[in-house]
Amino acid sequence: MSNTAHAADHHAEDHHQETFISKYVFSQDHKMIAKQFLVTGMFMATIGMLMSTLFRIQLAWPGEGFAVLNFFLGDKWAPEGVMDPNMYLALGTIHGTIMVFFLLTAGLSGTFANLLIPYQIGARDMASGFMNMLSYWLFAASSVIMVLSLFVETGPASAGWTVYPPLSALPQAMPGSGLGMTLWLVSMTLFIASSMIGGLNYIVTIVNLRTSGMSMTRLPLTIWALLVTAILGLLSFPVLLSAALLLLFDRSFGTSFYLSDIFIAGEALDYNGGSPILFEHLFWFLGHPEVYIILLPALGLTSEIIATNARKPIFGYKAMIGSILAIAFLSFIVWGHHMFLTGMDPFLGSVFTFTTLLIAIPSAVKVFNYLTTLYKANIRFTPAMMFSLGMVSTFISGGLTGIILADAALDITVHDTYFVVAHFHIVMGFSAVNAMFAGVYHWFPKMYGRMMNQKLGIIHFWATLISGYGVFLPMHFLGLAGVPRRYYTNSEFPLFDSFIDMNVLMTVFAIIAALAQFIFFFNFFYSMKRGPVAPQNPWRSNTLEWTTPVEHIHGNWPGDLPVVHRWPYDYSKPGKAEDFVPQIVPLEEGEVDGEH
Amino acid sequence: MGFLLGFAATLLAVVLIVQIIRVFELTSKLSGNDQSKVSFKDNRTRAFSWLLFMIWYFALFIWVVQKWGPLVLPEAASVHGETIDFLFNLNWVIILIAFIITHLVLITFILRYYARPGSKAEFITHNNKLEMIWTVVPAAVLAVIIIYGLKTWDEYNGDVAGDAINIELYAKQFDWTARFAGDDDQLGKANFNFINTSNPLGLVTEQTIKIRIQELNDQIAELKEELNHVPKDGLKESQKLAAIHHKETQLSKIHAFRRNNELAKNAAKDDKLVKVEFHIPVGRQVNFSMRSQDVIHSAFMPHFRAQMNCVPGMVTRMRFTPTITTAEMRRKTGNPEFDYLLLCNKVCGAAHYNMQMNVIVDTPEDYAKWLAEQTTFNAKLMATLGLSETDNQLAQNIQ
Ligand code: HEM
Ligand SMILES: [Cu+2]
Ligand SMILES: [Cu+2]
Repeated sequence: MSNTAHAADHHAEDHHQETFISKYVFSQDHKMIAKQFLVTGMFMATIGMLMSTLFRIQLAWPGEGFAVLNFFLGDKWAPEGVMDPNMYLALGTIHGTIMVFFLLTAGLSGTFANLLIPYQIGARDMASGFMNMLSYWLFAASSVIMVLSLFVETGPASAGWTVYPPLSALPQAMPGSGLGMTLWLVSMTLFIASSMIGGLNYIVTIVNLRTSGMSMTRLPLTIWALLVTAILGLLSFPVLLSAALLLLFDRSFGTSFYLSDIFIAGEALDYNGGSPILFEHLFWFLGHPEVYIILLPALGLTSEIIATNARKPIFGYKAMIGSILAIAFLSFIVWGHHMFLTGMDPFLGSVFTFTTLLIAIPSAVKVFNYLTTLYKANIRFTPAMMFSLGMVSTFISGGLTGIILADAALDITVHDTYFVVAHFHIVMGFSAVNAMFAGVYHWFPKMYGRMMNQKLGIIHFWATLISGYGVFLPMHFLGLAGVPRRYYTNSEFPLFDSFIDMNVLMTVFAIIAALAQFIFFFNFFYSMKRGPVAPQNPWRSNTLEWTTPVEHIHGNWPGDLPVVHRWPYDYSKPGKAEDFVPQIVPLEEGEVDGEH
Repeated sequence: MGFLLGFAATLLAVVLIVQIIRVFELTSKLSGNDQSKVSFKDNRTRAFSWLLFMIWYFALFIWVVQKWGPLVLPEAASVHGETIDFLFNLNWVIILIAFIITHLVLITFILRYYARPGSKAEFITHNNKLEMIWTVVPAAVLAVIIIYGLKTWDEYNGDVAGDAINIELYAKQFDWTARFAGDDDQLGKANFNFINTSNPLGLVTEQTIKIRIQELNDQIAELKEELNHVPKDGLKESQKLAAIHHKETQLSKIHAFRRNNELAKNAAKDDKLVKVEFHIPVGRQVNFSMRSQDVIHSAFMPHFRAQMNCVPGMVTRMRFTPTITTAEMRRKTGNPEFDYLLLCNKVCGAAHYNMQMNVIVDTPEDYAKWLAEQTTFNAKLMATLGLSETDNQLAQNIQ
């Protein structure tokens, strides 16, 4: 069945229940909404990626004129091709905001929670299709506003993705804190509403709509991860909302929540008794759970993909659930590790050091479980599997440096240097991006009914992994030499001059990484239209989504809902004809289900 | 040169992509189109590509360590910094061991267990003993790091020594000022309501009180004057009224200062303000207090392993005892141009990247000499105002 046939249908009978609008635009179907999130996320990510190449050019060749910079930024922000320092900060800010929130929160959770929750728990759709649609459109609106803010006369928000006041509160402090910052706050407010509506829906769906036999201990780890992620978001995003609202009040109505004793632009300001530290606490109370809101879905997707392609049960299923829960709980009591040097009571710093280092334990357990899953496996290297293994590597490489940052005493020397930038890009950015690609390659057949090309997928994978490490591995050393982040150029310090060739190297890798993504875009859109038609269960997987027909239908299963008889990880179970046993296959006489 | 390099890289990548797409279209026509299977041959190639990757990854790591390792911060130049460095090295050892072992295990399993004709996976779901071991071992290692780390942190936050030198670091967009106590060994009071061009730190002395009172009175008078003469304009008028109100509030605060701080108000008079570069003596604790005029900054002195944010509306503190003079460090690093640095390490606006100061660690004698050469705040203030009789004039105006 081709799309054109559908289109013809619509022309023929306009009063058809499903109009173009209700099917492709204001759709309430989880599968369509998942695709909408994915494509919107990809679009935003392309903007974010372009921005990073622009500021990397400035860092590698500071002060030199480049036609590309002038082309993208115009005469105002890149006169004669030399980037303006305010624009440098603006690009970094919006790049961070887009990547953290729009790609790796909405893009990742939005895509895979919507696609997989109903499919993998055996539900016909989300609990509330309307709220689901609302969640997407709020996200779309917030994306539009964020993009519009790029064209504001005084520039977009520039105070860093963490938007600490007073810098973000006072237009006198930097041009980006004018209208650009207002739009940032409006956009983020919509974004938070979208996340919360979405998250509530995910939780309700998972709790209430599991099909018969789908007990909590038979849920695929993807669903566990998405459930806990949604709970994290629901508990922490409201705090960011209050932080943003209070900032909006300080900016627009003269309140003093975050501001006090400020003299700027020749004037003593009339703010009294506020504290910027309050904002930091509120921000990181979301901010730290947020990094796990990004990471947990990544861990969930890769757990599933690794088990499927290792043809082996995920090792320590219950321990994996346990560590997801432990990480989630701990992630609420570690936020202070971003604030060791704010003047916070040193004793409080000690407490946060302790709790932060505790998180390393469940994280380590997860790594060991991944590795052991590969032990005596029968590994099939699909592109999704390659990206998942890439994530195992990046999660280890980046997580380990967290141990240094967690120690308040060591953080003194590396806080806010490039060491932090290297740490979180590898452990969070790179890992989650790897997992997201893995998810797209793996579930593309489920989303579009066609297969993506494997060879291109493999090339894309190696280009991404190598250039990603090429950017971020050397970067640690910048931080260890004491080079601060968010510097327009390092050329003002003779001490940092010897790093100029490293900056060039990192920029070249960053450009290659960016170009490599076009291989993916090509593969994605080409396969969507011309890829070979997918078989029903291309990866010979156990989970329920692969028992639905390839063509998308309302309600997912043509007849009754499937009934679940076993956990999702019966791969290579002894005594079975095949090396996989779908969850809908009843247990045999005397067969034990689950871990044993 | 740089441009060429970037251009060449871009060009290369574009050519690469075009070629890849060509090859892709050809091969996908040639080979079958089943994208859900991985042939054993491809599977083997992909498994071994992981080996190549691991070799590359470790090689990159070694190369980077060799090339840029020597450029990391030199040995700590403060007492607590030495403890920090020890802890840092301990952490590195643990991290590297964990990094190498896990990656070796990863590549071993990949090479050992990739699917090949007739191969099968074993059904292993969990192993309580193993899981217990790998929970307890990291926990024990972390316990060591935590205990040692907290001890080091406590040392950094230790008590102020009796003979510590008090220095204030004052941050504003986009420079630093260091303030040393004068002969009274006391840093005088400061308040943001006193800030003006002749007194950027808002120090409170007899003179600055008078100057500010006069300045504000003048401004208020001017605004009132304007209100009477300028034609009515709703918006402007309300703005002016607000400005008058704001300045009157400031004035009353300054008067309050005057009443409440009789004793302290002259301590700032002999304070010494320096920019661009400041000196500290080796072997004596320096006790910094930090303020900011406008946005958050961060006083970062990487060589001393010291950092603390400067937050408007509050005073933050840090202290350390330098152990190596600048001259000695120049010898040790073999860099005659070496200087200790104070950097701003919290994004604070357009020129954040260039908000710096040099720190010179002197012998105690040189330090005393240097400090004696610095002029006091009051002397500078009088010089900017022109005359010492300004003092009297001001006094009269205020009565
Ligand atoms: C496992 C997933 C992890 C993610 C997603 C993650 C993410 C992040 C992010 C985004 C930041 C940067 C915040 C900023 O300054 O803008 C950060 C910093 C930090 N991370 Fe992680 N991290 C992870 C693991 C860890 C681990 C395992 C530890 C400790 C054992 C850790 C400790 C820290 C600390 C202490 C900082 C603050 C450093 C500073 O600002 O100076 N992280 N992390
Ligand atoms: Cu954190
Ligand atoms: Cu600054």
